[in-house]
Formats: sequence, structure tokens, C-alpha cells
Amino acid sequence: MEIRLSESIWLDENGVCTIEHLAQVSGLSLDELRGLVESGVIEPTDPSAQPPSFYLQAITTAQTARRLRDDFELERGGLALALTLLKRIRALEDELQRRG
Amino acid sequence: MKYKDYYQILGLERGASEADIKKAYRKLAHQYHPDISKDPKGEEKFKEVAEAYATLKDPEKRAEYDRLGRHPAGEEFAPPPEWQSHFGSGASFDDVDLADILAAFGRSAGARGGRQQAESFAMPGQDYEVRTQVTVEQVYHGGEVDVHLDLPEYDAHGLMHRVPRTFRINIPKGAASGQRLRLPGKGGPGFNGGPPGDLYVSIEIAPHSLYRVSGRDLYLDLPLAPWEAVLGAQVQIPTPGGTVELKIHPGTTAGRKLRLGGRGLPVQRGAAGDLFAVVRIDVPNVTSARERELFEQLAAASAFNPRRHLTENG
Repeated sequence: MEIRLSESIWLDENGVCTIEHLAQVSGLSLDELRGLVESGVIEPTDPSAQPPSFYLQAITTAQTARRLRDDFELERGGLALALTLLKRIRALEDELQRRG
Repeated sequence: MKYKDYYQILGLERGASEADIKKAYRKLAHQYHPDISKDPKGEEKFKEVAEAYATLKDPEKRAEYDRLGRHPAGEEFAPPPEWQSHFGSGASFDDVDLADILAAFGRSAGARGGRQQAESFAMPGQDYEVRTQVTVEQVYHGGEVDVHLDLPEYDAHGLMHRVPRTFRINIPKGAASGQRLRLPGKGGPGFNGGPPGDLYVSIEIAPHSLYRVSGRDLYLDLPLAPWEAVLGAQVQIPTPGGTVELKIHPGTTAGRKLRLGGRGLPVQRGAAGDLFAVVRIDVPNVTSARERELFEQLAAASAFNPRRHLTENG
């Protein structure tokens, strides 16, 4: 059985990337990503920094956005709303789990 | 090659209109989409639904699919002779997935009658995602896991075959459930010089025989004998970092959570989680005559009434 020890990148808060990298990896356009940043779905590491940088875990959110856009044919407003609601649902689920 | 009944997957009749196809897909996507569904089989079902929709919504692919006729789902069928001429003599369809071959027709859409044109069209490889389970111990200490999946490769005829692959990845100490790893360029191959896709590995913490995981905290059921709960005791309990001695105070009740700070799962930044030992009081199944006698003496001597609040309120 072939085993490849692979170069791998953890998508967490230990690394940062540019918005262009987010676009390249997720398949969203720069405009779509800027829309998600404006609506607070994807947050830059420092809101005042220009150009903005993002934790690598934002790739996960950007990919979810691309999947929802493609699979449900969502336009930008609907996409931002769906992602905001998903974020809230996850926060509530975490809270519920903590309270056991 | 195995036949898949895309109409059946979407719950449609053969003659369904484009609008019907879209409607059926939307309904099932809302139900099973892995980003919004809690159904444990959602991801698998959505893949089938998305595959069926990708074929049926595209008139060219649908026509190609319909030409196969009707077969029971899962039945092996011989590909039509046109496919052989399309992909060149010697092309083997044995282990080709129906979706992959219909996608190949999609790639050459607009280039009918001329393979040259299709082949000059560079396409990036697809991203793939796979989930893998890691143990509580691997999260605690860090470790390696092997991730297995079938990835496509193109043969000389441009046909996609799924080939089993294994990747060994390092799990850092403190990896969290849901955390994702990107393996650049390890996804599907690009077509005609397009770049390869990426592989994403999503980490899940496997259920453990002793610990329940809640975020960074661990919960462990701690059974006590009735006399240990009443009199107090020193008990040894397992933690991922090794056995720990825990003092049980006299009068410890069932359901009490005894917190062992910092004995839960580590995090990559900040303080580790806690381990909570949740007290349960077990009674012996079989009692000797002597034990029974002692319990009877206890029953006679004790004024303890655990149901006082029931009678007082009733």
C-alpha cells in the first residue's frame, strides 16, 4: 500500500493569508469575498489593517460559502444571510453542548 | 461499470421536465446538504443527489445517460460502442465511475466531432474532502494517522479511474474536532495541463470507551460504592495523561461533577480543558449474608429518608 507523507497546512489560527489566497483556494471571486467580509461572515485578523489578512481557518468558511452558492444557486445577499444563520446555529449548538 | 438510476435518486419519472428536476434537487438538497443537515447519512445522500442532478440538469449529459437505457440500479452494464469510439480503442471502462464518464462528456461539450478541441481546454483538478477520526489519546499527545481514499487519475484515453491512496498526516497536540487540514495539490488531477486540486482532511474525535468529549473538556463516569460515597475515599481514575488519585469527600451524591482542572484536552493556544468525573453510585448485585446483615442494621439505625420532599410536598 502506497503511503505518502504529505505537506499539509492546518486551517486554524496559527497562519494567515491574503484575500487573493482565499479566492484562489475557495473558488469565490474577490468581490464575493469582500461582500462576506462586509457582512461580517469572514473576519480579517485586524479590521483596520490594509490590505486585510485572514486566519487560515477562514478558508473553511469561504469553501462552505462556495458550496452553498453553487449547490443552492444563492445570490450574494442570500448567501451572507445563510452563512450568518449557520454561524449562529453553530454557536448555539456549542453553547448547548457546554451546558450539557 | 455499474448503473446508477439518477431518476430514481431524485424521485422522478423518466420524462421529468427541467423544472421538475430542479425542484426535486432543491428539496433533497435542503434535506441532505452536509453544511445544513444533521442527518448522519446526509453527506453520502447529498453526493448521490448532486451527482444525479449534475447529469440530469445538463441536456447533453442527460441525453448521453438516457441512451444507456434502463437498468436496475447497481447492475453491471456494457458501455455503448460509441463510448469506445469516443475514447479510442483499447479504453477500459471496467472500473470507471458513471459520473466520471458523464463528466468527461461534459468536458467535451461544445467540441463534438473533434476531440482536438476538447483536449486543448485546460481544467483544474477537483478538490476532495475526507473525514478522518483521531483518538482522544492522539489529540492529547499528538500523533500520526493514515487517511485512505480513492482519488481519480486519468488514463491515456482521458478516462478517469479511481485509485486507492493513503496519506500519512501528523496530528498536532491539541487538534480540535472539526479542524481541517489542507494538502495542496493532492486532490484530483488537472486536465490538459490544469493544476491539480487540493485534498482537505477534516478531523473528528472518535468516540472513546471512557471519555465523552465536549469541546476541550472530557467527562468520565465515576462509579462509587455506596459506602465510598458516604464515608469518602481515595480513588484512582484514568486521564489521558495518566492515572490520577482523586479524593472523594464524605457525603458525595450521585450526579456530582468532580473537576480536575487542566486534565482535559490540550489546546494549541491557551489553557487545556478540564476533566469532569461524574459520580454514579453503584450497588453490588450479589450480597453475602454478612453484607446483607450489615445493610439491615444500617436500615434499622438510619433515619435517612431520601423521599422526604415527595411526602412533604404531596
